[in-house]
Amino acid sequence: MANTQQFCTFFLENQFFGVPVQEVQEVIRYQEMTRVPLVPLVIRGLINLRGQIVMAVDLRRRFGMPNRPDSKLPMNVVVRTQDGPVSFLVDEIGDVLELEERTFECPPETLQGAAQDLVRGVYKLENGLMLVLDSERAVCDSENVVQQICSRRSGATN
Amino acid sequence: MNDDAAIVKEFLVESYENLDRLDQDLIALEKDPSDRERLASIFRTIHTIKGTSGFLAFNQLEALAHVGESLLARLRDGLLKLNPQITTALLAMVDAVREMLKHIEATGKEGERQDQDLIATLTRLLEAEGRGTMHHGTTEKATDEPEPSKPRPNLGEILVQRGAAKDSDIQSAVEQQQAGDPRHIGEILVERETLKGQDVIDALKAQQQARSQSASDSTIRVDVGQLDRLMNRVGELVLLRNQIVQYANLTEDGELLGTSQRLNLLTTELQEGVMKTRMQPIGNIWSKFPRTVRDVALGCGKQVRIEMEGKETELDKTIIEAIKDPLTHVVRNAVDHGIEPPEARRAVGKNPEGLLSLRAFHEGGQVNIEITDDGAGIDCEKLRNKAIAKALITADQATRMTEREITNLIFLPGLSTAEKVTNVSGRGVGMDVVKTNVEKIGGMVDVQSKPGQGCTIRMKIPLTLAIIPALIVTSAGDRYAIPQVSLLELVRLESEQARKGLEMVNGAPVYRLRGKLLPVVHLNKELQVDVPNDSIAGAQTASSGEGQTVNIVVLRADDRQFGLIVDEINDTEEIVVKPLGKQLKSINAYAGATIMGDGKVALILDVLGLAQRSSVINEIRERAVVESQEKQSTALLGAAQRNPVLLFQHGDAGRIAIDLSLVARLEEIQSDTVEIAADQEVVQYRGQIMPLLHVTEILQSTPRKQVRAEGASLHVVVYMQNGRSVGLVVDRILDIVEEAFVIQPHSGRKGISGSAVIQKRVTDILDVPGLIAAAAEEHSSAALA
Repeated sequence: MANTQQFCTFFLENQFFGVPVQEVQEVIRYQEMTRVPLVPLVIRGLINLRGQIVMAVDLRRRFGMPNRPDSKLPMNVVVRTQDGPVSFLVDEIGDVLELEERTFECPPETLQGAAQDLVRGVYKLENGLMLVLDSERAVCDSENVVQQICSRRSGATN
Repeated sequence: MNDDAAIVKEFLVESYENLDRLDQDLIALEKDPSDRERLASIFRTIHTIKGTSGFLAFNQLEALAHVGESLLARLRDGLLKLNPQITTALLAMVDAVREMLKHIEATGKEGERQDQDLIATLTRLLEAEGRGTMHHGTTEKATDEPEPSKPRPNLGEILVQRGAAKDSDIQSAVEQQQAGDPRHIGEILVERETLKGQDVIDALKAQQQARSQSASDSTIRVDVGQLDRLMNRVGELVLLRNQIVQYANLTEDGELLGTSQRLNLLTTELQEGVMKTRMQPIGNIWSKFPRTVRDVALGCGKQVRIEMEGKETELDKTIIEAIKDPLTHVVRNAVDHGIEPPEARRAVGKNPEGLLSLRAFHEGGQVNIEITDDGAGIDCEKLRNKAIAKALITADQATRMTEREITNLIFLPGLSTAEKVTNVSGRGVGMDVVKTNVEKIGGMVDVQSKPGQGCTIRMKIPLTLAIIPALIVTSAGDRYAIPQVSLLELVRLESEQARKGLEMVNGAPVYRLRGKLLPVVHLNKELQVDVPNDSIAGAQTASSGEGQTVNIVVLRADDRQFGLIVDEINDTEEIVVKPLGKQLKSINAYAGATIMGDGKVALILDVLGLAQRSSVINEIRERAVVESQEKQSTALLGAAQRNPVLLFQHGDAGRIAIDLSLVARLEEIQSDTVEIAADQEVVQYRGQIMPLLHVTEILQSTPRKQVRAEGASLHVVVYMQNGRSVGLVVDRILDIVEEAFVIQPHSGRKGISGSAVIQKRVTDILDVPGLIAAAAEEHSSAALA
């Protein structure tokens, strides 16, 4: 019996991503957000998740991808992090996949920019690749100024 | 949990409570050694601890408690007289027992302790003094059994005592009861009309009281976490209630309206009820103070009496926790350098015993706490000189300050009037921490001093933090909540006034509020949201589609007032404060978030933080903070300062200065040790990865020269922030200069806070946080364009 792991999958700019299901709290439709001035742009705002206030991180912005067209509303993938739940804004939700560990590979060295930090590895599927998102890293962006410069400047010089 | 663990836990909880009471009892006993009841109670407590610890096989604990018990037995039997040495030894024993209990709580075992000395001291006191006083003899019987506690009075006794009923009536009622009447005595008597209903109720209340004093069968212990969860749920219910009430008001449905009204009422009551369960009397923390005062007073050879008033004043548990340390500090301070030594007091005709009084009372929805000592008061002259010597204020400022302002200088970091540093106070940290901690929970601290007569520290503390009244405002289409405690008044300027009302002082908008200039801050601008293009002039700014009216929210932050211009003022509402995540906490403009009636999230503004961001609060306090916390601020408007600065060259001819206190080290690194991580230049530095910033490149916004000679060295100024370092790469380090200079602020350039003449040449002053922000901004515009 091969080792397998389940992933909650989603799309960002036609790229296929996944987060281990045990990290995911829930997936919800677009929620109205309250923007937070003065914070890095990757934080799109705060949503009310049944009385709990949850920060929404736009993964497109986090990866330095172009903004989503206005007509398209993002979906929320709420993941559990050390500081409580955080919502990732993604384009579309995919299926839950059960993947074998032997199809996993570390990210290629040529990975550029923010992705270098955020992708834990790649699963080779029959009809493409699935990138495993490091959710802790994806939210820790704005923790302190120093870290901020690192990640931001890495994007800037691309 | 297995049985043993449960028993140990029970033992720990009970013993902690008993030990806390022991502290108080011992101090009280020292005051009044003849209080036999108290002595008996102390004896019982130690006896219980000894017995239980023996049963649970905590042998060291048992041994220690045993010696203590023997000593107490001698005291109780009058074979020994209580003296300060004995009290100290007994208190030390209580501390040792407490430590052991903590160890047991953490590890489940006693651990290896070295209590021989303490046991020896106790034994010596027991034997030496015991022998010395033995011949006095005593007529009182020495019993080994603890005195039985008083049985609780029954209802009949109380009724007779109060004269509400005759003994014979009670007797007959009891007989009737014994004959098989299932009713209570009260009911029987009322029915027979020998007694009024009200009397029975009163008597029952008295009985209840007597019971809760003698035993704790009317109370239960509840886990605080449980209460917190309950509180959260109620918070949610409040929000839901708000939503329903809002919706019901929109409809014409009378029934729904009525139901929602009832829901409204019920929720409010429930909210109050749950809040009450979290309330604790302030006496809980005060009860430790007699011991603290005694220890400190003994340590510095003073005599101090402590008086308390309003022990029963209740505060939310989280607030009690938050003010515990600040209060303790103030109390220690008052004893250590407020109250004079006995000789000095006698010399000025005061009672050699100093008086420290604590007072707590409710006032206007807040709790006031006053700590008053009758010591020498604060020496304004000394304080003024010290502040000038430490460059916290200039001599010029000092002459303009009122007595009261001078007194309040004690809240500045790095200032202490104690001539010698004792182990208690005088290290220069303290009152500033008190102030910060009290302000953190929305409170205020103030000091009043009368030379020669003493000094009073007054704190105003909110009752609770969880649910607060707030004013809802709108700015650039978003709602924000402003805590009502910081709100002073609202000013609305209509068309004509709006244009004229706001005036400019060198670019800074002000408003004349009853003749006094009030600095004004635009919320939109402060939050950098949708600032209209013509926003440089003040009057037009606030009007985003709101015609010409200007709404000013007058706020108080720290003792200063300022006006906040918002687009719209909505309403006041009770809001439930929810904390923000770690990522957002670092931004000091927000105190939290809340959920509004319509289910949307609104941010709660941090008034103090806003004031600091917009430099409303600068001057003295800010500068002191800057110096102590090694932060650089751009608010050193025009004030001469004499900090050592590091000069370095920028580009071909530019000179830049950086506050030396911000610099951790100067390093020269070989350019080939520079590595790239995440496409960012970094070097390995003391086991950390340190990012490098090229100052020239950022300030001039020119791309860095990619070609660099092999083996060339880089001059790096290491800047430390929160334990992490950033390396600033500069072209050439020039000098370290210590001379007074005046900064002329100019806001145009990022990363530069102003210019000054240093060494007779114009030099730019570097603003490191600004520089880092500029570096970050440069990216974000590039990446997201």
